[in-house]
Amino acid sequence: MKEDIILKAENVSKQYRLGLVGTGTISHDLNRWWSKLLGKGDPYLRVGESNDRSTKGKSNYVWALQDINFEVKKGEVLGIIGKNGAGKSTLLKILSKVTGPTTGEIKTKGRIASLLEVGTGFHGEMTGRENVFLNGAILGMTKKEIRSKIDEIIEFSGCERYIDTPVKRYSSGMTVRLAFAVAAFLEPEILVIDEVLAVGDAEFQKKAIGKMQDISRGGGRTVLFVSHNMASVKSLCTRGIVLENGKVAFEGSSEEAVAKYLSSDMNSNENLKVFKEGYDKPLFKLQSIGMKNTNRSFSQPIVEDAEMEINLDVFFKTEDTGKYNITYHLHNELGDTMFSFFDRDYKTKITKGDNKINCIIPKDFLQSGSYSLSLFIVKDKRTAAFVEKNIFYFNVVNGSKEIGVYSGREPGYIKPSFKWKNIKKDE
Amino acid sequence: MVDLNFKEIWRYRDLLFLFVKRDVITLYKQTVLGPLWYFIQPLFTSIIFTLIFNNIADIKTGEGIPPFLFNLAGITSWNYFSECLKGTSDTFKKNQNIFGKVYFPRVIMPMSIVVSNLLKFGIQLLVFVCFYIYFVFFTDKGGSAIPQLALLALPILILFMGLLGLGFGMIISSMTTKYRDLTFLVGFGVQLLMYGSAVMYPLELIRKKVALGEIPELAGNIIEYNPMTTVVELFRHMTLGVGDFSTNQFIYAGIVSIVTFLIGLVIFNKTEKSFIDTI
Repeated sequence: MKEDIILKAENVSKQYRLGLVGTGTISHDLNRWWSKLLGKGDPYLRVGESNDRSTKGKSNYVWALQDINFEVKKGEVLGIIGKNGAGKSTLLKILSKVTGPTTGEIKTKGRIASLLEVGTGFHGEMTGRENVFLNGAILGMTKKEIRSKIDEIIEFSGCERYIDTPVKRYSSGMTVRLAFAVAAFLEPEILVIDEVLAVGDAEFQKKAIGKMQDISRGGGRTVLFVSHNMASVKSLCTRGIVLENGKVAFEGSSEEAVAKYLSSDMNSNENLKVFKEGYDKPLFKLQSIGMKNTNRSFSQPIVEDAEMEINLDVFFKTEDTGKYNITYHLHNELGDTMFSFFDRDYKTKITKGDNKINCIIPKDFLQSGSYSLSLFIVKDKRTAAFVEKNIFYFNVVNGSKEIGVYSGREPGYIKPSFKWKNIKKDE
Repeated sequence: MVDLNFKEIWRYRDLLFLFVKRDVITLYKQTVLGPLWYFIQPLFTSIIFTLIFNNIADIKTGEGIPPFLFNLAGITSWNYFSECLKGTSDTFKKNQNIFGKVYFPRVIMPMSIVVSNLLKFGIQLLVFVCFYIYFVFFTDKGGSAIPQLALLALPILILFMGLLGLGFGMIISSMTTKYRDLTFLVGFGVQLLMYGSAVMYPLELIRKKVALGEIPELAGNIIEYNPMTTVVELFRHMTLGVGDFSTNQFIYAGIVSIVTFLIGLVIFNKTEKSFIDTI
């Protein structure tokens, strides 16, 4: 490896066996062994398809990663982006040596650690101090290193009073604080942060991202950052890799990588939910619901700064004289209902036969984030003929912002564009 | 390529000792009788064995050697091996959570179990010593139970037991990641192996019976060449002066232990790279 290269992936591939591992394992193993004896290659390494989750494959083996090549220089902050199932987490697992690649090699200089491992190996019966030592050692620190930092760690955790009390007496918050403090003082040469997996505890996620900002800006440290948040990738990373179906689809500046990701079509209609069966009611048959940006496809991420539309495909079987309309409730990621909306004036004119109901949401209305929709089919604005809570989940991502402006997520869920003016100046 | 990774294991030695410390600290938590459990198990087993094998089946343990002490010696030495084997044979399954999150040389985990089992062994050894003192000094039954000079080699013998248990444990734990059935075999297999390891009878008895044609030669050979037979016999020779002792036997036990350990380590290291996908 060259001087300034700290991590190098060479033709890294990872194959997984789908379905139940266990049945037929021995027969496959024997088959492998037999081929090896005859001097042939592994018969199962040649089968396998790229890892496209949505299409049905022929083979039981898939390549979660295929021929991944990249280099990371010292001090670089590399963003790894891609849709769910593109292979990001598998790549991270291989990078952190939790699992090995099927073929290929990872070469590193120095220690790799991940902020996700907080609290790994904590034992309730041991005191906070003992756990700091154990956890630190699991993460690769020596006793000497931990001893030299123990005071700082305890101070950072804010658990001084309880440090000699068994951890089982701690509140869950205190445990997380202590665990995070250990990870924060780890000082690895390469730090891996997987924001995708850090869901659940918003406060911790914020802290982890903050820490990572400190680290990467403080200089010198190499960081690998996996995220769905395009804004933080753009603002934090110096370079970006886009993974698609287990392959590197793009490598370049983080700006370009984000642009590539947002415009990419990954052959999976993420944002379209088709109901093959179910929802076949006497009154109607629900066929699909989907959401996309106008003039873009269901397979592309929904960006906040373009017009969006909700498409509902429903077949009505009735000659009922009653008037029907569609009502949606929009929920945020916590499940709170933010507002409801419906077709007030029966513009959708729902009648017998196929109905494709389109609801347009103007651009710059929904803030980036995760949402869900509940669907109601209402008769005569009085009785609900059909109710399905959270029938559809979707994510809205940041669009292309100007370079240089604040690139984090704005607070709140609505991004209204009000009219502004300065009466003194505009007269 | 066979890569034993000793350098990396050495780098993580602090972790090994912290795991041992964890095991020691948390050993008796939440139990009522605490360390007493380690007295009870060998004690009762010895009593039962004495009752069945010596009183009912009339196995002779030698002139001046109380059968109870003979059995206790066998069980004490057997227990350390079997505890190490059982403790390490489910390493991958038991630790899949922590192994799935962070990398450290996986072998640290079973090694720490073998080291922390030394504490249990120490307690059981102490029980043995207490009974030894009782029989030799306070009764007239233990006249010929005399420790031998070879007792000085006991630490090495303990190392062999540990390596043997660890080696088999690593092989089994590597295989159970794919073939779960083996888990069921362990508890049962260990028990069967005990009967083939001269724990409750002297090896000499088997040799005699083979010579008389009362036991098939194959069974005799299995017991004879079972490395644990050698270890148990050596232990009894060192502490009680029964059974035969030869340097060859000692070397045999040593070679088998080290080879088993090395084979186990190679298989274990090979498994650790991808077990998380198959477990």
